[in-house]
Parts: sequence; structure tokens; C-alpha cells
Amino acid sequence: MAERLRAFWYQEHKRDGFLLGLAVGSFGITFGVLANSAGLSGPKALTMSLLVFTGASQFAAVGIANSGGEPLSALGTALLLSARNCAYALSLAQILPQKTGGRLLAAQLVIDESAAMSNAQSSPQDAKEAFWITGLSVFVFWNTGTLVGVFIGEVVGNPQQWGLDAAFPAAFLALLLPHVREKEKLRTALLGAVIAVATIPFVPSGLPVLFAALSAVAFFGLEIRKR
Amino acid sequence: MTWISIGALAVGCYFFKVIGVFAGRGLRVSGVGGEVLSHLTPAVLAGLIMVQTFDGGGTLKVGAVTAGVAAGGLAAFVRLPFPVVLVSASAVTALLRLL
Repeated sequence: MAERLRAFWYQEHKRDGFLLGLAVGSFGITFGVLANSAGLSGPKALTMSLLVFTGASQFAAVGIANSGGEPLSALGTALLLSARNCAYALSLAQILPQKTGGRLLAAQLVIDESAAMSNAQSSPQDAKEAFWITGLSVFVFWNTGTLVGVFIGEVVGNPQQWGLDAAFPAAFLALLLPHVREKEKLRTALLGAVIAVATIPFVPSGLPVLFAALSAVAFFGLEIRKR
Repeated sequence: MTWISIGALAVGCYFFKVIGVFAGRGLRVSGVGGEVLSHLTPAVLAGLIMVQTFDGGGTLKVGAVTAGVAAGGLAAFVRLPFPVVLVSASAVTALLRLL
């Protein structure tokens, strides 16, 4: 057992995926607390974490509903925020199971963390393992965190005091680095970053990230012109 | 939130994931399509990092989170292990909030 644990720890893609999921658990606690204070019942909060399973969308939906926003606008914003998962799913298409059942199951685990961790790997085997370990780790800890937040949130306090909201962009930055060692991808990433920053003040949340994806399409246009 | 809106949200979010997962199955890795696909991750990740670092609810905000991300980014850049990246970003942000 100790031997296997040590082996796990020294395989970075597995260890890091597990840790990222653990960190997400703290956000699960925050979600549970927020859901609770928004008057969402425990079963409803947990159902969201199990079935919606897209952190940003869940926060938006509960937050908007809590502040007296219209249910439709809460739903619209939440859906918009989850649209980027479609781009992630496309990027993972090569390493997901070939069988339909496996793909349906894997689809639910396609989120920021699992996609970023998987896409940062250099071999397909590592990418596969990183996807499943990160996805399952996030799933388990996000839902455990939600439970903790809903039922004993007041005891735990607000985990965001620990600064974990900065840990995620930093983590994604670390996972972006292997990509941008290629000049062309660095260009794409910079363009995506500029697009996102430029649009933050003007469009509803969710759109800046989607707009950033357009920089990949811009790259496509350049390639076509070259040929 | 009603059970119906939770159900609608769950279906909608899963729909986006499933569309991508199955649309991607037929795509070949070679060619321009595959190249664009490989550019999708850096593009979306870069946008996500910016939003999580600078979005203060519809306005650009520079503060404790920005400093934390810079610290974590630096750790990543000099190839310190991933756990160090997570901890340094959180620690800097938490410390600045204490001040």
C-alpha cells in the first residue's frame, strides 16, 4: 500500500490531478455555504453538484437566484458559463474511450481542471490517466465539499480566506506553460488573453472565455491563407 | 431555484459536454482541423486565467488575487512542483487579505 502510494506520488500527472481535485473541494464547501444561505435545500444543492457539476455555472445560478434575479437570466448565465466545456470536450476527443457508454460517462467529467491537466501531458497514456484521475478527484471532492458546506458550513468558515481563489488561475497558468513553449500556440494564447481582458467589462460573464476560443479560429484563418 | 430549473441546468450543461465529446470522435488528428483543435486549449485556458485573475464582477480588478496568481505563475515558470504553485498563489493572496 505504502509502496503504491509512493509510486502514485512520484507520477506527477496523477499526484497533481489528485491535488487539484482536493483544492476544488474547498470551493465545494463555499458552494454549499452559498447554496445554504440562498435557501437551497441540502438535496437540491447536492443534486446540482452531482448532475450540473460545473463550478462556475453553479455559483452563477445560485448567486443570481439569491440576489433576486430572474430565474431565466440565472439559467442563461449559468449555461453560457458552461459552454466552454464543449471546447474542452473537443480537445479531449482523441483520448476519451471509443465506446459510446464510456464516452457518455467521461463527458460528465469534462471540466476546466480535467481538460487542462490532461492536455498538458505529452503522451496519450499520461493524458488519459490525468483526465480520469483529475476528473474523478474533482467530482469526489466537489461533492464532498458541497455536503460539508451545506451541513457544517458555519463551523468550517469561508475557505476563500485562505486565498484558494488565486490557486486556480495559477494552476491553469502552470498547465498552460507546456503549450506555449511552441511559438504559434504562444501567439494563440496571448491573443485569447487579450480578447478576454478586453471584453470582461462589456459582456456578461461566460462570454469572455468563449470569445478567447476565437483566437484558435483566428489561427485557423492564418493557416488557411498560408496554404 | 426550483427542481425544474436545476434539471434544466443539469441537462444543458451535460448537453454541451456530450456535443463536444461526440463531435470530436470523428475528427482526425492530422490536418488543419487537428491543429486548430490543439490550439483550442491554450486559447480557452488563457481566457479563463484572465477572467479568474482580473474579473471583479464585470470590471477589471487588480488586487490580492492578481498578486497571488503572479507568485504562482512565477513558481510555475521556474518549474517548481505543482503543489508549490498552488500553495504560493494561495499564501500570497491570503497574506495580502490579512493586511
